[in-house]
Amino acid sequence: MATTQTFGGGIHPHEIGNGKASTCASQIVNAAAPARVTIVMAQHAGAPAKCCVSVGQTVNMGQVIGEAQGYISAPIHSSVSGKVVALTTCTVTNGRTVPAVVIENDYEDRWDESVKPCADVDALTPAEIVGIAQKAGIVGLGGAAFPTFVKLDTTKLDPKPDTLVVNGAECEPYLTSDDRVMIECAQKVIDGVSIAMKATGVDKAIIGIENNKPDAISALRDAATAGIEVVSLPVMYPQGGEKMLIYALTGRKVPNGALPSAVRCVVLNVSTCAALSDAVREGKPLIERVVTFAGRVANPCNIRVRIGTSLMDLLEQVGGLTEGVRKLVIGGPMMGASVPSVNLPITKNFSGFLAFGEEALSPEESPCIRCGRCIRTCPMGLMPAKIDAMVRHDDYDGAIALGAMNCMECGACTYACPAKRELTQSCRVAKAIARSKK
Amino acid sequence: MSKYVVSSSPHLRDNVSTRSIMQDVCIAMLPACAAGILFFGYRAAVILALSVAAAVLSEWFYCKATHQKVTVGDFSAVVTGMLLAMNVPSTVPYWMPIIGSVIAILLVKMIFGGIGQNFMNPALAARAILALSWAQAMNSFATPAFGNIAGADVIASATPISGAANGGFTLLQLFLGNVPGTIGETCKLALLVGAAYLVWRKVISWHIPVAFMGSFAVCYLIATGFNVNETAYQLLSGGLILGACFMATDYATSPATDAGKLLFGLGCGLLLFIFRFVKNTPAEWCSFAILLMNVVSPLIERVTPSKSFGEVKKNA
Repeated sequence: MATTQTFGGGIHPHEIGNGKASTCASQIVNAAAPARVTIVMAQHAGAPAKCCVSVGQTVNMGQVIGEAQGYISAPIHSSVSGKVVALTTCTVTNGRTVPAVVIENDYEDRWDESVKPCADVDALTPAEIVGIAQKAGIVGLGGAAFPTFVKLDTTKLDPKPDTLVVNGAECEPYLTSDDRVMIECAQKVIDGVSIAMKATGVDKAIIGIENNKPDAISALRDAATAGIEVVSLPVMYPQGGEKMLIYALTGRKVPNGALPSAVRCVVLNVSTCAALSDAVREGKPLIERVVTFAGRVANPCNIRVRIGTSLMDLLEQVGGLTEGVRKLVIGGPMMGASVPSVNLPITKNFSGFLAFGEEALSPEESPCIRCGRCIRTCPMGLMPAKIDAMVRHDDYDGAIALGAMNCMECGACTYACPAKRELTQSCRVAKAIARSKK
Repeated sequence: MSKYVVSSSPHLRDNVSTRSIMQDVCIAMLPACAAGILFFGYRAAVILALSVAAAVLSEWFYCKATHQKVTVGDFSAVVTGMLLAMNVPSTVPYWMPIIGSVIAILLVKMIFGGIGQNFMNPALAARAILALSWAQAMNSFATPAFGNIAGADVIASATPISGAANGGFTLLQLFLGNVPGTIGETCKLALLVGAAYLVWRKVISWHIPVAFMGSFAVCYLIATGFNVNETAYQLLSGGLILGACFMATDYATSPATDAGKLLFGLGCGLLLFIFRFVKNTPAEWCSFAILLMNVVSPLIERVTPSKSFGEVKKNA
């Protein structure tokens, strides 16, 4: 049965200018092959990969250039064929400087010999699928970039999961890359879902999509196979939050501090499922992704780009920025990071590029008027204004006692605050300090 | 330096601001103020203007004197000034609302830290001080005369409450406001229209007004052996509706969670019932019921925290 319930709280963020409507109807276009790519070694949650190529070496498309280190990690592959011209460092979205490999493209698109289609997908065992996902460097494409194979490997879980929850909510304003992938690659998404079901040993998958994406809903319903249900969800930010989505689709609440496995669920993003299908059927590692360009850009669009392409080059391809840009955001406007320049390479978790003007600058804070809007909007049922007050008095233990660790940093409280207080940031501070004390 | 601003997410903000909320409250009080002027004449308008001006000026003065950012632009002082004027009779001398507003802003609001920090509703606390200091003036009501802008004869007439035992007014009179009373409390129609506007604009929630009026009505029904007429008469008398919709819902002095709001409203209703029925005082005690609950509000908030999403029973 399709459940139509949703979580308590939440907001309806407004879009200014080129929002979802500017890109949701146009087809994904392929970016021009880049002359050179800068591929960073840390573009997933967990330990960075270790570079395994040297300057001057010729690499093939899909060849491993960074090896996974430790369990929660992912290998990095070359997205072009060509020659390694530099081993360098690169500043990424979160401001950290990480090792990177620069490869000059020879435009031959010569696939590595390791990349070959699977003869009989149906014969693969769950363990083999997990292995393929691991080798292909697949990570969550929604933004967190958590290595997918870790989620697919359910051998150590007790109790075993019984439901695969697939996130097609795309509740962030402006972003439409998942929407377009669902519309244009419906078969591939469904195939990836089936493969993930097999890997995790579940016989039921529910794909949740906000009802402002009717084309995606009908495309996936047409493509859906046995055991896969497509559910239309009310539009409410943050509907795509993992815990919110599980609750909306299964009625189960993930306990504080626990993972979805605690309520026998595995959660994957729709684009991740499509990448999983490519990896299993075609043998292709994750070397490209779809990125939304919206906001104050000349030609808002969805563009399929190779990992490592320079954002500056891509911006030229979409016509550059328009007038009055004051803020650059990687990801969605609610949870994305603002960056000081477009001098960045595309990484696996790069879901969108948004340019904003004055409207996105932080307004001046004024005193809390205790209106309670933050409490009403918090999807986690926290009291952000109280946590904020604790943090501003350096009472971090007090903030933690109020449940600050359960904050998922969705930004709904800060959005709703009439006094324009940086409530989410206070929760981040409390979490960071609590972690550093451990 | 980059010309692009880097700051923490979210990068979008709602259009609602402290100022827009306070302006909404002002808009919501306009019908009741207009009704007050129509019933009690020009004096009501002058008192409203003086009260608002005194509130805004004293906040401006305080901010200047203490070298703080001037906060009068948030319109909260305007709200306080309007509320105070709505809580005094149209017959008071003109200096009285000025004194009241200065007390409300300086003594009750600003010295405790300004907006959001006061522990009592500023307008109500000031009204209480005025009522205790100049009881005679604060209890002299004019006979309403609809449309008589020149103002009505001053009489120390019986208010609906003091005359509750014998009735004296029809329910329709009470509802439309054609009864003696303070400037803003008499026209229940205008107050309810304003309250509906605030609920629609999501400035206030239904919890406090409904719990307040509901618990009061239930107590009264039971106490009078289900005398619906008398209960309705009580509901529509005095400052109950003004208090329940515009005073008890003050953000700073009421609990923030829904459960807390219900408890708070319930307490207000019970206290007012005790004051009116059990004690049977002639004066209006609605403001004291709310002020008492204002003081209890932090305690209520302590026992009604919000329930976190992932708070589930262990071993369930």
